[in-house]
Amino acid sequence: MTIKTIFSGFGGQGVLSMGFTLANAAMLEGKYVTYLPSYGVEVRGGTANCTVVVSDEEIASPVASEPEFVVAMNQPSFARFQSVLPSGGLICVNSSIVNTTSARGDIEVLTVPTSELAEKMGTIKVANMIMLGAFLKASNMISFDLMLNNLQEILGEGKAKMIKLNRQALEAGYAFVKE
Amino acid sequence: MKRLMSGNAALGEAAVLAGCTCYFGYPITPQNELTEYMAKRVPEAGGVFIQSESEIAAINMVLGASVAGARAMTSSSSPGMSLKQEGISYLAADELPAVVVDMVRGGPGMGNISPAQSDYFQATRGGGHGDYKTIVLAPGSVQELTEIVPLAFDLADKYRNPVIILGDGMLGQMMEPVSFDNIKPPKEYPKDYILTGAKGRPSRMVRSLLFDTKEEEEHNWKLFRKYQRMEQNEVRYDTFLLDDAEMVVIAYGIGARIAKGAIKRLRQENLKVGMIRPITLWPFPAKIIKEAAQNGAEFFVFEMSAGQMVEDVKLALEGKGRIHFYGRPGGVIPTPIELFRVISRHYYQSRRGKK
Repeated sequence: MTIKTIFSGFGGQGVLSMGFTLANAAMLEGKYVTYLPSYGVEVRGGTANCTVVVSDEEIASPVASEPEFVVAMNQPSFARFQSVLPSGGLICVNSSIVNTTSARGDIEVLTVPTSELAEKMGTIKVANMIMLGAFLKASNMISFDLMLNNLQEILGEGKAKMIKLNRQALEAGYAFVKE
Repeated sequence: MKRLMSGNAALGEAAVLAGCTCYFGYPITPQNELTEYMAKRVPEAGGVFIQSESEIAAINMVLGASVAGARAMTSSSSPGMSLKQEGISYLAADELPAVVVDMVRGGPGMGNISPAQSDYFQATRGGGHGDYKTIVLAPGSVQELTEIVPLAFDLADKYRNPVIILGDGMLGQMMEPVSFDNIKPPKEYPKDYILTGAKGRPSRMVRSLLFDTKEEEEHNWKLFRKYQRMEQNEVRYDTFLLDDAEMVVIAYGIGARIAKGAIKRLRQENLKVGMIRPITLWPFPAKIIKEAAQNGAEFFVFEMSAGQMVEDVKLALEGKGRIHFYGRPGGVIPTPIELFRVISRHYYQSRRGKK
């Protein structure tokens, strides 16, 4: 089984971190994984995206022409990437700043008010981890518990002080999505 | 233990572990992460890192470090590689070891920053002026990069010749789990040519200016014999489902990886398709290709260019095999499904033709 996900949004929203965190967690589970950032002429405040492929077998191409999942953190990303989803695909949308009335009828849309949820935790900076938590619940592609238990290793030394906050954010997003 | 690293960063780590003590680079996308990684890592390991003022300066710094006996490396991407060619020619003429990395991007000219394989000719035909060759290694995954880097340094020292690692933007940028456990400490190579100060020994000279035509000719034949030894001893390739293959895909680097995805699908539909993946683009694995032709296979060459390696396949076959070509130049990354469709079309057309 090969699952491709595109994470997209403004530069600075933590879009690449979301993908990197997922890729690292999947690696710890022993899966094959590739992470490909968009490395176009991107600027802060411009759009950024990355593609994460998680698989039980060797991955041929790190590029996702038909991703199973899309995470869109801003309006331009929503417009651009909802169109690449095959029918029945899931798009997780940051509904705090994205209007989803133009969503295609043949895809599933999960709206997560990340800004509101993040404000409850005192900082907008964790919006990406809230979204990642919600995405992991909805996609069910890796073990959430294994990820939380290894969060220190996954996020790396640089984020050592932020482990608790990130864990809370992931859990808040995870809890937000109902079965 | 495995770490999630970009090809560029993994290449840098592998180089340091392989004993690279001198790195000189000038920024260009899509290989900047390598320069960035080396800026931090090489000084940590006690080596020398310099961000030079240009690509030309960087390759000449490599020459200087190499002539002093260090394991030296530089890296760039297509337009920058063009600038380095003069220096590579000098390295080859002076018989100095060096590793030069090219993370190829779309061209010609300034081109773009997307992955491409359009510098095959430049890498495999010497690239600069004069009768010389460089060994060209083409890894297909981040893990393989870490295995190829120590090999590149060893081959460079063994033959006293520059070695090119030919990657592409995607290989440099993508992250994959990678382990460095297999990298052994660097071997010692006797270096009786380096300039270390002549106190207590006769002086040495490293130069490529040979006015005497006889002397220059002899030097050329000497280099030529060295290239022959490389051709005899250093051919490397990988095969995939080759034994019963009626159609043999020939692709390298990231292209081979995409092709492998296509071949898996083709096999699911019982199409007998296999692959030969050259790991050394020069010396080119001509013999195995010729053998596959003797078994009656047809060939499908895929490149992310308008067709360069396909000429080496033709040379290998000496007119004795049927070759199909599919290329996507300009930085376009085709999908395995696209390749699946194209290969399957050729497969069925040839099968019909045979009846």
